[in-house]
Amino acid sequence: MKLLGNLDWSAIPLDQPIPMIASGVVALGILAVLGWIVLSGRLPYLWREWITSVDHKRIGVMYCLLALVMLLRGFSDAIMMRSQQALALHSMGYLPPEHYDQVFSAHGTIMIFFVAMPFLIGLMNLVLPLQLGVRDVAFPTLNSVSFWLTATGALLVNISLVIGEFARTGWLPYPPLSELRYSPGVGVDYYLWSLQISGVGTLLTGINFVTTILKLRAPGMGYLRMPMFCWTSLASSLLIVAAFPILTATLAMLILDRYLGFHFFTNEAGGNMMMFVNLIWAWGHPEVYILILPAFGIFSEVVSTFSGKPLFGYRSMVMATMAICLLSFMVWLHHFFTMGAGADVNAFFGIMSTIIAVPTGVKVFNWLFTIYGGRVRFTSPMLWAIGFMVTFVIGGMTGVLLAIPPADFVLHNSLFLVAHFHNVIIGGVLFGAFAGYTYWFPKAFGFKLHEGLGQAAFWCWLIGFYLAFTPLYVLGLMGMTRRLQHYDVPAWQPWTWVAMAGACLILVGICCQIAQLWVSIARRESLRDVTGDPWNGRSLEWSTASPPPAFNFAILPDVHGEDAYWGMKQRALNEDAAAEPAYEAIEVPRNSPTGFVCAFFATGMGFALIWHIWWLAIAGILGAWATFVVFAWRDRTESEIPAEEVARIDRANRAARLGASTREAVT
Amino acid sequence: MSLAEPMDPNRVGDLPIEGGEAPGRGLGGPAPVRIVVGYGFWIFILSDMVMFSAFFAAYAVLAGATAGGPTAKQIFDLNNVAIETGCLLASSFACGMASLAAGARNPLWFHVSMAATFVLGAIFLGLELKEFAGLAAQGAGPQRSAFLSAFFTLVGCHGAHITAGLAWLLTMSAQVVAKGFRADIMRRILCFTLFWHALDIIWVAIFTIVYLIGAGR
Repeated sequence: MKLLGNLDWSAIPLDQPIPMIASGVVALGILAVLGWIVLSGRLPYLWREWITSVDHKRIGVMYCLLALVMLLRGFSDAIMMRSQQALALHSMGYLPPEHYDQVFSAHGTIMIFFVAMPFLIGLMNLVLPLQLGVRDVAFPTLNSVSFWLTATGALLVNISLVIGEFARTGWLPYPPLSELRYSPGVGVDYYLWSLQISGVGTLLTGINFVTTILKLRAPGMGYLRMPMFCWTSLASSLLIVAAFPILTATLAMLILDRYLGFHFFTNEAGGNMMMFVNLIWAWGHPEVYILILPAFGIFSEVVSTFSGKPLFGYRSMVMATMAICLLSFMVWLHHFFTMGAGADVNAFFGIMSTIIAVPTGVKVFNWLFTIYGGRVRFTSPMLWAIGFMVTFVIGGMTGVLLAIPPADFVLHNSLFLVAHFHNVIIGGVLFGAFAGYTYWFPKAFGFKLHEGLGQAAFWCWLIGFYLAFTPLYVLGLMGMTRRLQHYDVPAWQPWTWVAMAGACLILVGICCQIAQLWVSIARRESLRDVTGDPWNGRSLEWSTASPPPAFNFAILPDVHGEDAYWGMKQRALNEDAAAEPAYEAIEVPRNSPTGFVCAFFATGMGFALIWHIWWLAIAGILGAWATFVVFAWRDRTESEIPAEEVARIDRANRAARLGASTREAVT
Repeated sequence: MSLAEPMDPNRVGDLPIEGGEAPGRGLGGPAPVRIVVGYGFWIFILSDMVMFSAFFAAYAVLAGATAGGPTAKQIFDLNNVAIETGCLLASSFACGMASLAAGARNPLWFHVSMAATFVLGAIFLGLELKEFAGLAAQGAGPQRSAFLSAFFTLVGCHGAHITAGLAWLLTMSAQVVAKGFRADIMRRILCFTLFWHALDIIWVAIFTIVYLIGAGR
């Protein structure tokens, strides 16, 4: 028996300069950051206050940070693909096919699972308990476990850059290509185990949020008084609970095929690869709505706040959200109309796919009517929202086009499709994430992001997006299929150059965002938000300090209607400064290294399973189990913040708030 | 108009909401921890059922794909399955007794019932492994055909859940010995019983869809 399974020195691609240089730079960067943290003595602080934290706000921040870092990785893959296609007319470009295939597979996997998902889950973590007016999520330690398992998945994908290879199958590993016979390397195994491990984290998050929203709300916060972001997060979490187990089961079947010689999707012994395509999209289509629904919620909050109006058509918005939640399970077949299910089946799914555009249309009109007649402030979150409305409608319409089976037979697997889903994912999910990032940043850190650089980033992203993806629509109509490593049609090349230019403009946008973060931190004193309500907000997260104390609210808010905080502010204007409440001691959950330790063992287990190092895999499972037993054995689960401390923290915030409203009244 | 009281009769959230004053529902504020934990675990069980339904779907698609190998009718021994089912249902009953004993704070009956739950669950698992080993020995292992792959995965997934449940049972009983019927341990007992009964429901579906229909075809 080999101690290290299939792992040996040949796993490290020393002969390929691009991954070696890239990973060398990343490794140096990580070492530099770690070195700085250790040498400056910040490691104990980091461990105590962040790594072991079970505070939903800190976990949310770490999710967003993970997403931003992985966005850089996914975007460098994108730049490589665009430059390869710009060069590869009648030539092999600079990326050999086996490497190019890994690049587009990694790009899709990373952008969906390790950018879009953690970004939105991070914002949900940060905001949901605050909007609901409660002190934490239902299961704080489980929340930390979820985050660290997601980070484990991201880590495994990035390890594949240096040790071994990544999948060459696309972001969804269709068999039989992904079966052992045609993909004998470890690439698909990296994909499978990183997604299985992070998938567990996502499922636990879904369970956590469903329970939080349905069972933990401030007094008076009835369902129809919840902010729209809570509703869309509820829908998204329900979809996670209902869809992610299908992904787990499907990937488990592929794992059994590859590791133990089962025949779920193989060519021989009765395997059925069409079943994989059905199962993966039975998860995959709800996944699309898992991503976009929270973004819809963010836009609802942003549009309402910066128009200074309540959200138009709140009830229809709730109905539309829940209708999408339900319908999203009835359209999966439109991802493979050409597989041959027959005209009747295709017609049914085509009609369902066009129907699901209706509730989305309802939402767009609601946002437009919210803006109408409002006193609109064109800050950068609002710009992202308006850019989204235009872009997403275009993407939605090309989607309806693709939902017509005869049109899909022409356009499927072409760059038209690639343009369509980037149109909705960038224009919808990513713009939503950026809007939420800018909107809630002051809540998380107590100072605003630099506005000028934020607007510059927006315009670069918006124009860059159209430059990069409009040519792909054209190329798709000209017959260029997706995932081409090289081609021999000269008419295509000018369009690939335009797309390349667009990608470069997006790069400028990303640089603006990095500069924005840097400049904002450097000038944080002048960007400081002392009141906790920098945007004149309407929901409860703005009624507490920025950053909020560990317990969120000194006294749980009492909710009397929609736009709970707006109502409180209006009432406060009519009354004298409300009398100081009677403070009581508050129990907060104790921090726990369970999540981090568990992820440590999960990383070892995943790596071991990829390389067939069986003893390490068993050790990893036992270690994770032991971690949970130790956690379950502890006697003190909460610590108490004494009433004087609560009073001290809350008085400071009340004074700042009163001071601000007095100044407003004077001026 | 005062903005304090009913602000806008056309906005549904501003209207007084009738009923729903209980904690965790409607207007009553956050639910107590016991409700939250039980509710969250229910949601987990639902997600687990979704995962099983994917394996059931795969089995239904592949049930006929025997690739010239043995069919369901040839390999299923309903006597063995009947004993397995009896053990698992009795185990579930014992588990119910254990939760009653825990509610009465009676450690003796709690441990007796949990021991019965464990033994019956272990017998079930042993019979299942015996069936699997027998099939593999006669060349009807999961590598033989897509039908057998789906069969072993579906039934084996249930068996893996039973195994995890037995490990959980031992850990939790040890906790009761060490710490008594503390509130957080009572919540774990509640979750365990939910889990164990849910596995029974899954087994009833496996018994019907896999074994009864398979042996009857």
